[in-house]
Amino acid sequence: MKFAVIVFPGANCDRDVAYVTRDILGQPTRMVWHEDSDLSDVDIVVVPGGFSYGDYLRCGAIARFSPAMQATVEHAKAGKPVLGICNGFQILTEVGLLPGALVRNRDMRFICDRVPLKVERTNLLWTAGYTAGQVITLPIAHGEGCYYADEATLAELEANQQIVFRYSGLDGSVDEKSNHNGSLGNIAGICNRAGNVLGLMPHPERAADAVLGGVDGLPLFESLVRSLVAA
Amino acid sequence: MPHYSARIYVTLRPSVLDPAGTAVQSGLAHMGYNNVGPIRIGKYIELTLEADSEAAASQQLDRMCAQLLANPVIENYRFELQTLATA
Repeated sequence: MKFAVIVFPGANCDRDVAYVTRDILGQPTRMVWHEDSDLSDVDIVVVPGGFSYGDYLRCGAIARFSPAMQATVEHAKAGKPVLGICNGFQILTEVGLLPGALVRNRDMRFICDRVPLKVERTNLLWTAGYTAGQVITLPIAHGEGCYYADEATLAELEANQQIVFRYSGLDGSVDEKSNHNGSLGNIAGICNRAGNVLGLMPHPERAADAVLGGVDGLPLFESLVRSLVAA
Repeated sequence: MPHYSARIYVTLRPSVLDPAGTAVQSGLAHMGYNNVGPIRIGKYIELTLEADSEAAASQQLDRMCAQLLANPVIENYRFELQTLATA
């Protein structure tokens, strides 16, 4: 399976993603500069974390209009997998592939931590490697990770089981105490209705090599490749 | 083609939390201004553009705001247009 990792000015997690897909998973991976618009050779597009275009105006607002993102939208519309991590998640909401928006953290601080997450749905190519209700620990690092959507959108996300990861306690309890950034519904990651587009604020690519202190992010990438090979 | 200048105001929708506003409010309270109520922080953008008419300029600005300058999911916007002397 061939991965593309979109590289924007200001992206800083692009190489971390490529380390996982290329070096750990052994999959061909192409770094795609934001000015490129050809993604026809790739199976999976990853929109990485960082501060694309300096996060100017709003996080992800400018990146949305780059040629590479226009091609990513086409890729997603064809039903192929698109993964947005952190700033990548913000970009996917700005470009309209995922509903809602990510706004400033509730408590006036940038959060850099490792936090427990409850896996809400495992019948996706992204999460088939986890068990239902499993609590995993992934790093988060963001200042604007507070998920917001209007009530109707939230109800729709719940009804369609589009909420994939929620901030939780280690015991899987989902409450205000485990809500680090004020996200509505403790939302840490969502998918589109079809399930081929996933966006999440936590960093699975930073938890895919034991040397970094955790490997709970690895099943996400492994199950993705497995699901696609099987398909 | 006539030139126009636009002043664009982007504000957070009332339902969206504004922690930056809360932080500034607490800063003002430290200055002694305990009489200041909730603060909402928005953005102010100035630009000039060329267009066939004021209506055309207004239409273009509306699209710019809806697609880039503001995010309608979390923000409202309004703008004022002014005709500049034709170059």
